Amino acid sequence: MKQVVHLNINGSPYDVMVAPNATIADVVRRQLGMTGTKLGCEQGDCGACTILIDGKSHLSCITLAVASEGKEIVTIEGLEQNGKLDPIQQAILEKQGVQCGICTPGVIMSAKGLLNENPKPNHEEIVVGMSGNLCRCTGYEKIFDAIEAVVEGEYDDAATPQVGAE
Amino acid sequence: MDQDSAYTREQVREFEIVGQSVPRVEGYDKVTGRAKYTDDIDLHGMTYAKVYCSPVAHGIIKKVDVSKAKEYPGVLDVIVGEEHPKKYSVNDLLPTETPLAVDKVRYFGEGLAAVVAISEQIAAEALALIDVEIEELPALVNAHDSEASADNLIHDFAKNNTNHTAEQHFGDVDDALAKSDVVVEETFYTSMVNGGFIETQSVVADYDPGKRKLTVYNCNQLAHTLQHTIARTIDMPLDDIRVIIPNVGGGFGGKTEATPSVLIASIMSRKIGRPVKLTYDRDESIYQNKGRHACHLSLKLGFNKDGTIQALDLSILLDGGAHSGWGFVVLWFIAALTHLPYKVRNIRYEGRRVYTNKPTPGAQRSFGGVQARTAVESCFDMAAVELGINPYELRMINAVETGYKCPSVVEVRHSEFKKCLESVATRSDFANKWGKLPRGKGIGFAAGHYSSGGAFLLYNSSRAHSTANIRVDTEAGATVFCGVTDIGQGSTTVMTQIACEVFGIPMRKVNFICQDTMLAPMDNGTMDSRATYGAGHAVKNAALDARSKIFDVAAAHLGVRAEQLQCKDELISSIYDDNRFINFWEAVRMYQEVQGTVFGTGDYTPPQPRGDYDGKIIGPSPAFGFTAQIAEVDVNLRTGQVKVLKYYEATDCGKAVNPASVEGQVEGGVVMGLGQALIEEIVVDRNGRVLNPNLHDYKIPTTMDVPEFDSEIVDAYDPTSAYGGKEVGEAPTGPVCAAIMNAVYDAVGVRLTEVPITPEKVFRAMRGQHSRGLELETTTIGFHNAKIRSV
Repeated sequence: MKQVVHLNINGSPYDVMVAPNATIADVVRRQLGMTGTKLGCEQGDCGACTILIDGKSHLSCITLAVASEGKEIVTIEGLEQNGKLDPIQQAILEKQGVQCGICTPGVIMSAKGLLNENPKPNHEEIVVGMSGNLCRCTGYEKIFDAIEAVVEGEYDDAATPQVGAE
Repeated sequence: MDQDSAYTREQVREFEIVGQSVPRVEGYDKVTGRAKYTDDIDLHGMTYAKVYCSPVAHGIIKKVDVSKAKEYPGVLDVIVGEEHPKKYSVNDLLPTETPLAVDKVRYFGEGLAAVVAISEQIAAEALALIDVEIEELPALVNAHDSEASADNLIHDFAKNNTNHTAEQHFGDVDDALAKSDVVVEETFYTSMVNGGFIETQSVVADYDPGKRKLTVYNCNQLAHTLQHTIARTIDMPLDDIRVIIPNVGGGFGGKTEATPSVLIASIMSRKIGRPVKLTYDRDESIYQNKGRHACHLSLKLGFNKDGTIQALDLSILLDGGAHSGWGFVVLWFIAALTHLPYKVRNIRYEGRRVYTNKPTPGAQRSFGGVQARTAVESCFDMAAVELGINPYELRMINAVETGYKCPSVVEVRHSEFKKCLESVATRSDFANKWGKLPRGKGIGFAAGHYSSGGAFLLYNSSRAHSTANIRVDTEAGATVFCGVTDIGQGSTTVMTQIACEVFGIPMRKVNFICQDTMLAPMDNGTMDSRATYGAGHAVKNAALDARSKIFDVAAAHLGVRAEQLQCKDELISSIYDDNRFINFWEAVRMYQEVQGTVFGTGDYTPPQPRGDYDGKIIGPSPAFGFTAQIAEVDVNLRTGQVKVLKYYEATDCGKAVNPASVEGQVEGGVVMGLGQALIEEIVVDRNGRVLNPNLHDYKIPTTMDVPEFDSEIVDAYDPTSAYGGKEVGEAPTGPVCAAIMNAVYDAVGVRLTEVPITPEKVFRAMRGQHSRGLELETTTIGFHNAKIRSV
């Protein structure tokens, strides 16, 4: 039986009618047309669907919409503010941490979640923190470069307010 | 315009945009979630299809009853195989596949019926109402067994389940081996792996009943070939079909074929007159596979005492899975790859490809290269030990140089291979480490090459392999139409850079229109590392054509001969007098006032194959990229676990048009090779059931698995290329398995001859239980891992 849930996504309220087994990925992609959140496995293996819930990274393909009421959800569409990229987006773009781009929204959201928890991770912490995001194109080197550049303040000028963090 | 003199001039010229690591032109869309992939498309009246996948790998179809599914509320139609029995394959070479299985099932997960409904959920529910009865036949899951099976045939026409055989012989191998001072001989096995693109194959087919035309959106690498396959298979005129390729979420070769889903969705959309979306789940994507062929190889190399290679004798058996696909091509490609990158004159090759009841492999990055390099580079390492020559030196002695002609008359028109070898040896301090590290630590050398596009046009025609058309006007800037597909490797950016370099205008003034058969001229597509070289030529030639028209106007205006003009920073000026200049767009406007929009066109066709021998159409290439690699590993002496600590690589890709993109190709290519070397394998049980059709059990490397990288793009410029660049997308993947195998040998003194190099294999090898013994024991299962997992 479908029910109405009230979701806060990227700072806006959405009332959506969902089945009890509908995931947040289903809702944002199929009902709200926000297709930036990607699906690669729908089993929690690849990380392409990563979003932030209350500032922490979550896999939206295995997170139920009905369990997400009252929480602050941020998808890739919510990072850019007034045409200005988040430092991680800017760094991934400039350092070529993006190739085919299908894992990129998930990579960016995971990196965001990582830096929310630990603003100054060392290389090892970045490697572990990003280990849930599969990328078949880059070999991860340029993704590490991008996150490290953000940590080192290279993109501070491009900084926009932290989104989805407490 | 005389192309050769243009190249010579440009070789000494400083480039403006070529050679810069400009970010991807579509990068902003990709980092913000704006970029649309096939599954992101939503059309008015969209419907959704799901496929009923066979629960057995080999059997006779007795019944597929879809009557209940058809009546399920919300279902719009259901189709079964016998309604659409027309067979297809790549380029119609030995067509064996049908959109849905007809009469017989040949691999686990093959489609038996397809449902289209108003929602994916309803389509999935309706699948459960389909009643299927299959009389199961013994599954053939090992290439050797399959070949020995005379009465259990996967395809009736294929005697002993043989799909294709290939033989080549240059020089006199028996004589050369007899005269060699050292002959090394070994057999190898490389596993079947999957492309592992994060975007599973997806299609939206949209038939317009009013115009009787079909538009297909599909994440495919070869738009025009796909258009042909659809036209032939569903019997529609070619020009009634438009293929549009949205962003592609990784291809790596696996998206060069039409998936059954494309044909199913097209058939259904035509039938119901509404758009149909069909996106594979991850398990279906792995059943459809089209990844790398598993291969048994048996190799002999002969050397003189001084290290010069005398002979190469290779025989292989390819596990072809259920269908023909790219099999014919990969079989000959492995033959072609044995001629390089070493100067061997006596070459014998015997190859066979047999059908098995497994997901069909196809093309995957370093197509044929991983198999060939694993054997050849391992044997080079063995020979180095036998000869007492450092593996680096042994490769230097035999490395090809610019101008080398293979016995097959294929010519290497440019090579900086030796620079690559030298670069990694120096940076890694190889001479002081090889054979000298403590037990458990090892260093391994391997090298390779790859072609920059073949001489063979995929659909048997004499037309150009790439064509580009350019429109220049003040209304839209410079708009390039070209059929090459950006699958994430960055061709759109590189082509834009090339056009900008010719016109001397900024990146944002160029629009690159590709991946659409209605807008872009026919192109051989993104495969065989041909985009930068082949399509790059076409774009440059088209831009030069358009520019010459603009220069004529500018020349008259400035009173300067057109050939003395240059174009930079949106200014056209005399090469002798900077003060005589005109704004580029002003010259374009002046042209438009009199003659209308500026149009330019250009194309490219590689030199055609020469010689007279079987398989000659596959292998010749206008250019070859080269790579040299060194792996440093740590082998856990208690568990056999191999960890790659550091990876050195050097690439000769000619001039790097976009160096950061080249690095990305190298790093990604090496990591794909590393996945096959250590962890990846599609595991099939004795009944042909795929045991790991998900990204949890089918592992691709994560951030935790990658080594520290030290790579270098060696200084190079291929004068036969548009701006000196050639391939880099595939060569780096080829030698990785061998580099790691050689490093394991250096670490613990055992030579692994199979990938993936699992801890079990290393552990057993260290204990003197040769890994191949284990593989032979499990021939009825086919995979070492399957035995371990299925007990």
